[in-house]
Amino acid sequence: MILEIAVLVLGLGVLLIDLWTAPERKRFLGYGAAAGLLLIFVFSFFRFGAAEPQGAFGGMYVIDGLALFFKRFFLGAGIIVTLMSVEFADRIEAGIAEFYSLITFALCGMMFAASANDFTLLFVAMELITVSFYILTSFQRSRLISLEAGVKYLILGALASAFLVYGIALVYGTTGTMKFAMLAEKTAEFANKPLFLLGFLLIVTGLGFKIAAFPLQIWAPDVYQGAPVPITAFLAVGSKAAGFILLWRVLFFAVPQVTAHWTNLLIVVAAITILYGNLCALPQRNIKRLFGYSSIAHAGYLLLGVAAMAADVKNVGAGGSAILYYLTGYLFTVLGAFLVLCLALRHAEAEDISSLAGLNQRSPLLAAVMTLAMVSLAGIPPLAGFFGKFLLLKAALDHGASNHGFYCLAGVAIIGVVISLYYYFGVIRAMYWSPGTTDTGPMRVPVIQRALLYVCAAGMLYLGLFPNSLVNLTLRTAQAPRGVSITAK
Amino acid sequence: MLTAIVIVPLITALLLALIPRNFRFVMRLLSLAATLVTLVLAVFLLLRFETGSADYQFVVQRSWVESLGISFYLGVDGINIGLVFMAALVGFAAACVSWEIKHHEKEFYVLLLVMTGGIIGAFASLDLFLFYFFHELALVPTFIMIGLWGRGEQKNFATFQITLYLSLGALIALVGLIALYVQMPAPVRTFEIPRIIAYFQTAPLAASAQHWIFPLLMFGFGILVSLWPFHTWAPIGYTAAPSATAMLHAGVLKKFGLYGLIRVALPIISDDAVRKQWLWVLALLCLGNIVYCGWVAMRQRDLNLLIGNSSVAHMGFVFLGIASLSVIGITGAVMVMVAHGLLAALTFGLTGYLYNHAGTLDMDNLGGLLKKLPFIGTVMIMAMFAGCGLPGFANFVGEVLVLFGSWKTLPWFVVAGAWGALVIGAIYMLRAVRDVWHGEVAETATVQDASAWRKVPFVLLLAALIIVGVWPRVLTDKIEPSVKRIVTVAGLPTVAVVK
Repeated sequence: MILEIAVLVLGLGVLLIDLWTAPERKRFLGYGAAAGLLLIFVFSFFRFGAAEPQGAFGGMYVIDGLALFFKRFFLGAGIIVTLMSVEFADRIEAGIAEFYSLITFALCGMMFAASANDFTLLFVAMELITVSFYILTSFQRSRLISLEAGVKYLILGALASAFLVYGIALVYGTTGTMKFAMLAEKTAEFANKPLFLLGFLLIVTGLGFKIAAFPLQIWAPDVYQGAPVPITAFLAVGSKAAGFILLWRVLFFAVPQVTAHWTNLLIVVAAITILYGNLCALPQRNIKRLFGYSSIAHAGYLLLGVAAMAADVKNVGAGGSAILYYLTGYLFTVLGAFLVLCLALRHAEAEDISSLAGLNQRSPLLAAVMTLAMVSLAGIPPLAGFFGKFLLLKAALDHGASNHGFYCLAGVAIIGVVISLYYYFGVIRAMYWSPGTTDTGPMRVPVIQRALLYVCAAGMLYLGLFPNSLVNLTLRTAQAPRGVSITAK
Repeated sequence: MLTAIVIVPLITALLLALIPRNFRFVMRLLSLAATLVTLVLAVFLLLRFETGSADYQFVVQRSWVESLGISFYLGVDGINIGLVFMAALVGFAAACVSWEIKHHEKEFYVLLLVMTGGIIGAFASLDLFLFYFFHELALVPTFIMIGLWGRGEQKNFATFQITLYLSLGALIALVGLIALYVQMPAPVRTFEIPRIIAYFQTAPLAASAQHWIFPLLMFGFGILVSLWPFHTWAPIGYTAAPSATAMLHAGVLKKFGLYGLIRVALPIISDDAVRKQWLWVLALLCLGNIVYCGWVAMRQRDLNLLIGNSSVAHMGFVFLGIASLSVIGITGAVMVMVAHGLLAALTFGLTGYLYNHAGTLDMDNLGGLLKKLPFIGTVMIMAMFAGCGLPGFANFVGEVLVLFGSWKTLPWFVVAGAWGALVIGAIYMLRAVRDVWHGEVAETATVQDASAWRKVPFVLLLAALIIVGVWPRVLTDKIEPSVKRIVTVAGLPTVAVVK
């Protein structure tokens, strides 16, 4: 709890200090916010051994290995995104302090989501994230496309929230409880009640919106394209991971017995999501839109892991650890890529792939990090993305003998990977060998952003070359006993 | 020592990445030195290898990802010792011919060294994961090198075609390998190839599982080796690639798929029906390589396309040897792999030289070059003779062993294969010799023969071809015991190699 409170106080503090800060120095508040988040991040390693899952608010809020893992994940993403925003600040006309604090609030929502063990907290956390993102998405008020993205996100997000609330109401109406731990005990007797299943389906639909799974992916490309670069990055990493932890909690903590029957549904959704994301990314010219589609594809790969978990709900270790590993690799990869975009597209009019032309000459560092990121996203060794995909494929094929759908899913996944090579390599090609580059002036990369680029590159390489420690951690985290002991008092 | 062979190029690549790009000469020197060290170490390895033993030697094992049973596990036996040596030799030769690169030298040498290290690592790995990991590590630089330093109008098309084909092949093989891994019950799961094979020897894979895992491996690895009809990437890709890349890929990296078939796929098929069915399919497809691609090669007017197609055709022999599942046939297949690696590197190095000096490889515009390029011409003609399977060169030994080994099980395939190799091969090779080196002197610019320094890589490769050709036992005696073990595992009676 203390972590969330600290983050919240930090966000409010930024808002307050803003009142006494001269306008030209406001952007530097971001450094303060990032430093505060870093402090909280470091602190999270000292206070919490979390050998035993602990609860609060009558089991509504749980802190276990999984929650801690995700909290650190979100904090790490938050730090990088905040620092990215400092670099981005001059492209935002007004309200930069609010920009920072809204990022912090969204972060706070994600951290609550990591601990949600009750539908109430789940809904509150999700709304906190989404509402903050509505504003953040349309923060560049003079850009029409940014406003458009905000409105689209608002309308579709509200629709998804409606699904979620309706579903929660149905589940509560049939079972009389909102607590995951109690639901887990009661599921068996309700598993055949259509109303309960409908409610549960609506909840999963609402969560599917957050992770941009088919058929709720429609918003992603538009919003990714329109939002300011740091927000797109935060959406791609933080918001998606929050969707996955919520899905994880609901599927495997609240109603594992139902989930076990839904393996085939998950397989189909994962397969379509992978294909849809990759195929639609092929013709894209706008690089942020391309990332929008590629993030859909990656949601599909992660859903593959969820499906593998669902195939054996008693033993979710393999699939779960693959998801956690993949997300961690994805964090470094995507944030590295967006950091490059943030720096490289500073003066570019359009955000086309062609505006990256000649980046190799302008800044070899940026081009190198972007190349690493693309190669890692495509899933090629020795980078993080490869090992993540390897773990996912292994988890899926592991269940192939009992459910042949997994073989088809693995087949779809590799087709997706091959398709994705085309557009990822297209980005690399634009940077290294596209003729007719007009602007070849060297590009300035500030010290802090340079350090962040090194961090992201090191993260991608480390996770690809020395996967041992993180694999152990994720296996431990994913296999940890459920927080069943925290039943309501 | 084995670790050093793999690590030296990779460490040097890292070192090069830190050197400012203006020090071109230093970079060339460093990469030459690194590949030379690798080569010297590989020669030592070959000399100190204990002939006649089927065991893995120079084994190194360090744990890497404990929870999944993945380890850094290297070792050589008869099957890969020759390949490691050949890879090191070709790596050095490729570094030698890279003088032709005139822009972005830094990136080129970094990628070249990564590729060399990756290739040797893939051949030396005894861990399934590491094996795949190193292969991918070497594969990606290939794509980038063709895209960035490639030549010709079809460069972009070739880059994308080779990228998509080879990635698809590699991923299919990966699914096959993981599927194999998960067939083992959870407590004994391991990525160590020797232990996997030992396990499946005691508890054979269910026939139904063999029926789909083996084809996955066969087609996955097959695409990587340009198995007909998945070969179209090869000639176009090699035509567009810079010489060093074509040498390393056509010569060495491509053999990964064949090596994987022999090392992993053959020992797991213990079921007779599976063997009959799929090895027969393989034999049928390899005729596509030998006869059809040979036929295509006859129609080429571009020297590189001709050599690219003939290289695809040569792969057919390796497939035929593998499909025979006899000791002699597979020994011959390994021999062809080594011989063809040296040969492909030699010919692509030479055509690269020719292209840089004459500005074209179109045989209509070349002619009478032997007068102007006596050294390059002579070496090229010898290489082409080796390519038609003339005795005295290593290729002859391998092809003859394959044909002998396959006679018992696949007689009609041998007849067709012999036609493809000896007749069709001779036609296009000799025609190329006539058109390029003899006849009217074409008005192709000012061409210069190689200086002493440029001769080094060609002399080394040719010498290796001839030495192995006249003294094949230097390799066959090493290969045979290991092959025997694999064939025994696959459950067939063994027949000794004719000496």
